Amino acid sequence: MSGLMEYNGSAIVAMAGENCVGIASDTRHGIRQLQTVSCNRQKTFQVTDQCYVGLSGLATDVQTVSQLLNFRMKLFTLREERKMQPRMIGNMIASMLYEKRFGPYFTEPVVAGLDGEHKPYLCTFDFIGCLSTAEDFVVSGTTAEQLFGVCESFWRPGMNKDELFETLSQCLLSAADRDCLAGWGGVVHIITPDEIITKKLKGRMD
Amino acid sequence: MAPVANPKTFCLDIKKTNEVLTAPKLMDFRKGTTTLGFVFQGGIIIAVDSRASMGSYIGSATVKKVIEINDFLLGTMAGGAADCSFWERHLNRLCRMHELREKERISVAAASKLLANIFWQYRGQGLSCGTMVAGWDKKGPSLYMVDDNGDRHKGNVFSVGSGSTFAYGVLDTGYSYDLTVEEAVELGRRSIYHATHRDGASGGVVRVYHAGEPSVGRSPVGTWDWKP
Repeated sequence: MSGLMEYNGSAIVAMAGENCVGIASDTRHGIRQLQTVSCNRQKTFQVTDQCYVGLSGLATDVQTVSQLLNFRMKLFTLREERKMQPRMIGNMIASMLYEKRFGPYFTEPVVAGLDGEHKPYLCTFDFIGCLSTAEDFVVSGTTAEQLFGVCESFWRPGMNKDELFETLSQCLLSAADRDCLAGWGGVVHIITPDEIITKKLKGRMD
Repeated sequence: MAPVANPKTFCLDIKKTNEVLTAPKLMDFRKGTTTLGFVFQGGIIIAVDSRASMGSYIGSATVKKVIEINDFLLGTMAGGAADCSFWERHLNRLCRMHELREKERISVAAASKLLANIFWQYRGQGLSCGTMVAGWDKKGPSLYMVDDNGDRHKGNVFSVGSGSTFAYGVLDTGYSYDLTVEEAVELGRRSIYHATHRDGASGGVVRVYHAGEPSVGRSPVGTWDWKP
């Protein structure tokens, strides 16, 4: 797609644990691929109290989609007086992306959340809205291949929130160290039934 | 020569066809770099990063981009790693041959010209090299920048590679001929450090070389390594 997916650079990974789920992203904002302009770009967005969406890809579309998502969530709660479950958010994002099939948003979202029974829900999309779910972990961004590699070796079932944080952080940092376009710091959110733990990561700054 | 109609453009042609057909990133080998060199009162400083990128993938973070051609000559690598390392090793051999034949060390000017002449011969065939040749000879310290077009420039301050603009920014603000050795080493280190921060294709460790005035029985080249 003429490199728009690689224009700004991003690394996003989400993992399931035992009654908890986590999502992590890097914080680099680059332009024209290689030029780093800032180290605090937001790529993960809270959509409900138990669900986060990570948006990789073109920064301008990431911002637009996050605002659009925010609007749709508010409209839903006003109309229905209940909150959206992660699975519903996934399906909504899929249709939002496919709506723009012939003039797409250049972003590949990741949804991570806990459903009504505190069960983790993870899914990811391509940029025109093909939804795919996973039980273990999902990745997105320019660092996707590297993240698949590390997650495949380090993820294991039944992690508690602390183990999940450690695994998620190490996977993100190691993967980003093999990508020119992502890194420069990171942020991790761990979603548990009673709290959301957000921590910033220091990473290599090159 | 490649067994095709026009061997001279073989590499450029497969690059073009591979982009649409078989292997899209086949010819995008090791390219991103920041290297710098400058002459000052205490000799020459050469500083380089250590990242090897293939496209946006980081192939290695601990590459050696300075080639010690001999005890009095240093070469830096930017561009295609294979092109640079091969031709600088070749230059190494030519310099040694010169020494044996003439019973005298080759001058920096002559060494850099040997390399420039090679690049000139291969001009237009897709070599990818931005190198600096620096060192000491009878006339004192000197620094040359030689690139794959066959360009060869003598100068006091050079930076080569994708991060060179960032390095120049720091280097030009801090540079003065009268720098002490410590100040000069720090300036080289800091310039590369800032370039690795801003340039996605540069990173890893910063390697700094100081080529001071040569004295008998001692190698004039010292090496310092830093983690950024």
